[in-house]
Amino acid sequence: MKNGLSLFNPAGRISRRRMPALLWPGGFCVLAGLLWPSVMQAQQTFPVNGVADPRINCYAFTHATLVKDPQTTLANATLVIREGRIVTAAPGAAVPLDAVVIDCKGKYIYPSFIDLYSDYGVTVAPRAGRNYGAGPQFISSTKGAYNWNQAIRAEVNASALFAADFGKAATLREAGFGTVLTHAQDGIARGSGAVVTLAAERENKVLLKARASAHYTFNKGSSTQDYPGSLMGCIALLRQTYLDAQWYKSQPAREGQNLSLQAWNENQSLPQIFEAADKWNVLRADKIGDEFGVQYIFKAGGNEYQRLPEMAATKGTFILPVNFPAAYDVEDPNDARFLALSDMKHWELAPTEPGAFEKAGIPFCLTAADLKDVKSFLANVRKAIDYGLTPEKALEALTRVPASLLKISDQVGTLEPGKLANFLVTSGPLFNENTVLYQNWVQGIRYVLKNEGWQDIRGTYTLSVNGPQGNSQYTLLLKGSANTPALVVLQQDSIAGTFNIEDQFVKIAFPLTKNGSRTLRLSGLAGAGSWNGTGLDTSGNPVKWTSTYANGYTPTADSSKKKVPADLGKIYYPFLGDGFETKPKQQDILIKNATVWTSESESVLPNTDVLLRGGKIAQIGKNLAAANARVIDGTGKYLTAGIIDEHSHIAISSGVNEGSQSVTSEVRIADVINPEDINIYRQLSGGVTTSHLLHGSANTIGGQSQLVKLRWGANAEEMKFTNWDPFIKFALGENVKQSNWGDRQRERFPQTRMGVEQVLYDAFTRAHDYDQEGPGKRRDLELDALVEILHHKRFITCHSYVQSEINMLMHTADHFGFTINTFTHILEGYKVADKMKAHGAGAGTFADWWAYKMEVLDAIPYNAMLMQQEGLTVAINSDDAEMARRLNQEAAKTVKYGGNTEADAWKMVTINPAKLLHIADRVGSIKTGKDADVVLWSDNPLSIYAKAEKTIVDGIVYFDRDLDTQMHQRITAEKNRLVQKMLAEKKKGGGTQKAVPTRDDHYHCEDLQGGHQNDLLDGDAVAEAGQ
Amino acid sequence: MKKIFLAISFLLAGYNMVLAQETVYPAPAQTSVIFLKNATLHLGNGTVIENGVIGFSQGKIIAVGANAPIPAAIKVYDLQGQHVYPGIIAPNTNLGLVEVEAVRATDDATEVGELNPSVRAIVSYNTDSKVINTLRVNGILLANIVPEGGLLSGSSSVVQLDGWNWEDAAYKTDNGLHVYLPRLLVRSNPFGPGAGLGNDVIKSSLDRIEKLKVFFREAKAYLAEPKHTATNLKFESTRRLFSKDEKLFIHCELVKEMLIATQFADEFGFDVVIVGGTDAWQIADILHQKNIAVIVNQPHSLPLSQDDDVDQPYKTPAQLQKAGVLFCIGNEGFWQQRNLMFNAGTAAAYGLGKEEALRAITLNAAKILGIDKVTGSLEVGKDANIVVSTGDILDMRTNNITQAFIQGREISLDNKQKQLYERYKYKYGIK
Repeated sequence: MKNGLSLFNPAGRISRRRMPALLWPGGFCVLAGLLWPSVMQAQQTFPVNGVADPRINCYAFTHATLVKDPQTTLANATLVIREGRIVTAAPGAAVPLDAVVIDCKGKYIYPSFIDLYSDYGVTVAPRAGRNYGAGPQFISSTKGAYNWNQAIRAEVNASALFAADFGKAATLREAGFGTVLTHAQDGIARGSGAVVTLAAERENKVLLKARASAHYTFNKGSSTQDYPGSLMGCIALLRQTYLDAQWYKSQPAREGQNLSLQAWNENQSLPQIFEAADKWNVLRADKIGDEFGVQYIFKAGGNEYQRLPEMAATKGTFILPVNFPAAYDVEDPNDARFLALSDMKHWELAPTEPGAFEKAGIPFCLTAADLKDVKSFLANVRKAIDYGLTPEKALEALTRVPASLLKISDQVGTLEPGKLANFLVTSGPLFNENTVLYQNWVQGIRYVLKNEGWQDIRGTYTLSVNGPQGNSQYTLLLKGSANTPALVVLQQDSIAGTFNIEDQFVKIAFPLTKNGSRTLRLSGLAGAGSWNGTGLDTSGNPVKWTSTYANGYTPTADSSKKKVPADLGKIYYPFLGDGFETKPKQQDILIKNATVWTSESESVLPNTDVLLRGGKIAQIGKNLAAANARVIDGTGKYLTAGIIDEHSHIAISSGVNEGSQSVTSEVRIADVINPEDINIYRQLSGGVTTSHLLHGSANTIGGQSQLVKLRWGANAEEMKFTNWDPFIKFALGENVKQSNWGDRQRERFPQTRMGVEQVLYDAFTRAHDYDQEGPGKRRDLELDALVEILHHKRFITCHSYVQSEINMLMHTADHFGFTINTFTHILEGYKVADKMKAHGAGAGTFADWWAYKMEVLDAIPYNAMLMQQEGLTVAINSDDAEMARRLNQEAAKTVKYGGNTEADAWKMVTINPAKLLHIADRVGSIKTGKDADVVLWSDNPLSIYAKAEKTIVDGIVYFDRDLDTQMHQRITAEKNRLVQKMLAEKKKGGGTQKAVPTRDDHYHCEDLQGGHQNDLLDGDAVAEAGQ
Repeated sequence: MKKIFLAISFLLAGYNMVLAQETVYPAPAQTSVIFLKNATLHLGNGTVIENGVIGFSQGKIIAVGANAPIPAAIKVYDLQGQHVYPGIIAPNTNLGLVEVEAVRATDDATEVGELNPSVRAIVSYNTDSKVINTLRVNGILLANIVPEGGLLSGSSSVVQLDGWNWEDAAYKTDNGLHVYLPRLLVRSNPFGPGAGLGNDVIKSSLDRIEKLKVFFREAKAYLAEPKHTATNLKFESTRRLFSKDEKLFIHCELVKEMLIATQFADEFGFDVVIVGGTDAWQIADILHQKNIAVIVNQPHSLPLSQDDDVDQPYKTPAQLQKAGVLFCIGNEGFWQQRNLMFNAGTAAAYGLGKEEALRAITLNAAKILGIDKVTGSLEVGKDANIVVSTGDILDMRTNNITQAFIQGREISLDNKQKQLYERYKYKYGIK
């Protein structure tokens, strides 16, 4: 029922002392849904137009099963409320004289739910569709004394924007909610949230707490500003803003007034809520929190169950959504071809999330956020209960936990005297499948959710019909469910009729004989004592009728049992088809009788044994023996050190470029490692064990890179190569001057190679001055990284092509007193190899790429050899997820182009990149004491016919060709099991969603926005440009 | 600004070209008889002849065998320990149509318009492209030059890679028309075309395909009538397709698309070749049964789905071969063609075997392109398109081309990149 259309005011109809039995037998409350903004006591300051109508709204709910809190259930109890608050809640409590009594025999009363993640009544600007063809926007377009970045909206207060939305409130109340924390869901810092109730009343009355929380996300929302354009940029922006806000406390004159930073600081004392929306993003947010001493409450995304230990380690409380995915429509196998097992498994396991959190002891509450239809909320919570959540915990998560997080436990969450009268009246235990929510009282105002069944009218009745044909008597039976009873006319051959009761109006219709074609139709009022009314008989003559209650109805016991889902699949690490059910363990491994390519001075050791122990290469020699070691026969096979890819963009989440500014040294690939990139596994299958994950090449000074080992199944932190010298990506040439970005991108400095030099001089000059600055300076993450370079604590790997720019960068570095560690791409390195040697730079290059853009027209496949012959340390690297699986072949091309020796060619993908990365003392060759990162090949590793049979990292076998075959059989079997399960779900009438291809993003250097999938599955990637 | 920039780029490019291969001349016609002896002959049809002899005269092979008699007093190369192969054929490339991918002015591969059957790639083929000689040096002697753009993009032609101009280079002109089928898949790219459109994307794709069929139906009717008041060049250019003098190359990848491709054979009787066919391994038996040939995408590709076998693209050729499908191996792009033989090498390693892998870039390619009567294998009577390598041509570790002959003409193996190599060896004093 819509607001304002209620039929009558209940308080006016119901006597003060005792509610009359509107319907015989006893106490059937015929109450319409009511939304009537005036029942609550009027605000003192507001004038009344008319005669004042003050109410105290005292009600007593008697004989109820009162669930005061998840642990306290009182049978046959009385709840008394007055002026919107609870007065007493106890068995046998006195009923005040001025209370309206509502008999709740057989009914349950629960605290209404609280949702911490809502935008109720707070509308935000629609997200502007980003116009990729438009020119760049460097600073915020928000008018006023606010932050430079448009996505930092700490100054926004939800309470100031809040406007009660009665329609939306009604929907939320129907789902069981009485209170929500609402906030403006826009921006990376979203300002403060407000606690409001869902009563349909003036904002002044429903606003419980104006500044209750502070909100953050990784989503820039409606901001049209370019920065940040990547997840790592979002993280850097948040970190810098924490620092800026701290600095702002000193009221720096240079900054003037910054209302955003001021509000940011004021918001810090509030509960801090971070919408992470994904398991890895939870960990990313938590890291920011740890750095700045903030414990976030995490709004989850639904896949956190896949990494419970990591979630527990955050020590945060979670707000879990219950928008469990619908089954995929997999009827067409060709359409479902690209739906990955990971998505299918998530469908099956998502409802286990709340239960899994409970078992793991991770505190959480539940939210209706993310649901397409709030109406499905309770059904989904019940589903979570079927999948392992206990009802007590569910109630806890909906009431006491959120109240306590927001420090509003004195107001809501349990049914204690003094708290708001926010409660649900239900037909039975809240989470039972058939339980009906009848009423949701908010601040002492009744909102009827469902009338039908409040009174159980089932039973037998004597119906007397008087008409021209005389008087006829019938015996009626109302059976079925209390909500929608079904009518049977009892006689020798019983007749099914139709019965309907809406509010207090009754409709009865039935044929006089079984299969009779004509129907007797009656309409009337369900009054106290009896029902009566008028109608038309089967001949169309008017009749009058009365119906009196004879006997009750004993329903057959509910035989439905808790649905315990059987055969749930297992969680994989990582959560992909090629993941492990249990993570592989480090082993002592003895590889016998292999041809060992060492990448050391004695390059080939025939018929040699290598012992791996404790994750290290323990021994190299002939006829080695080791008790308890796993022995692998290497006869006829080749053992090498694992391949090191000096230039990789795999395993990175949500953007490889923060290309929005020419200098972004503050961003870090370390923040956005994606341990579940299938390319990790694919590259293990090509013998890669260590990858240097680089920022892209869209700007001159890009982001900080991260070295990882390909530890398949680990989390981001575990993948990191520990204790390495940090690096940063620089870039020169066409990409940084936006040569191939289209006609609109002509504004960002630099647009020429002349400008690139100036970007570098400017950045390092600023860094130098910053370094000299005294105490109290604004800490600048961008300059911090550059100062590290000046102090030789961070090293540069620079994307570069033509000789002029290579020369320029070395001059710039010389000027500032540091060395360019590595030039990558460096396709014209052969032209200035002598200068690079003199400078002390190394090179990581491609074997044979060229002709894809102007600056590679002079690229030659002899480049690597010429540089090597000039004495440079030269690596062959990939920059490409496909080629990285075949770096052994790319190294072999130096044998073909320029006549490299096989030993030196092999070094180009092992010890040489290790040297460039300053890790040659630990990896890159087969030498006693080094990390046990080795690959067993079927053939000469440089040969096109060579296959990596086993790839071992830290003595752990992460790729094994035999195991891979089994893994793929498992994928087939598991997929089929889930397909059949989804088909059954569809057959049952469960909703389905389209089986769209699962995304596997991968990146090249120049990808500006989201990455791209396999080209064949991708649409046109946005703003993408060559290599 | 852009124009100025491009102009500058071009001046630079022009400067570079002066350095490059301008003194590498196309070889003159074969005048003397040539014999190669003591080589391992890989005929391209699966046969290997150890210590073989091959002779050719006036551009044609006149002798192949283990002990073929060598006439006296002619040019004989003793290739002790070396391997002889048919010239490798790149079956699907925009070589000579594009010089620098990122520079629009150098791109002549993609025409506008949905139905362009009368467009001909051959007339844009630039024999002076600096890329061509970088392919020859790895063993590629022939290439099918393919137009792109729209739905029906025009006709391809096979060229030999040693000519003064495109007329010289033309090896088989207008061997087929090329159709690029729209993707019949709801994409998941949140930014891409058709994102979120659900079935509408499929429907609009199917509508486009239906328009193509209507075009062919009307073309067929048009061609049945000998006299026309208004000549339709588009219909005219399909004449050789209906007479099977030309093939219909349909570029598509996924099962549903390939099934649609087979409809063009069923309805119109065209000689259909699937180009791409990434998922052809899933319907190899159907393709075999319907005699549909496949130019399969390069094995050096990522699997389509995270659940696919990690080596699926590597083993697709072997799966097609096992099912009896006529297929050859393709490679993307133009400069990338120099890795075609290594793609075949990978397929060899993953179940295809070396000689079958060689066949997949020589004889099978010739069959699919309609030139197998004159080339594709080392057989008497065929053109002397021959490559000599010191080692296995399929493996980059051993691929080392010492000699190559196109129609009996011994071609130069020099190129711009070798010249730059020499230039900087000179600079650094490297011998």
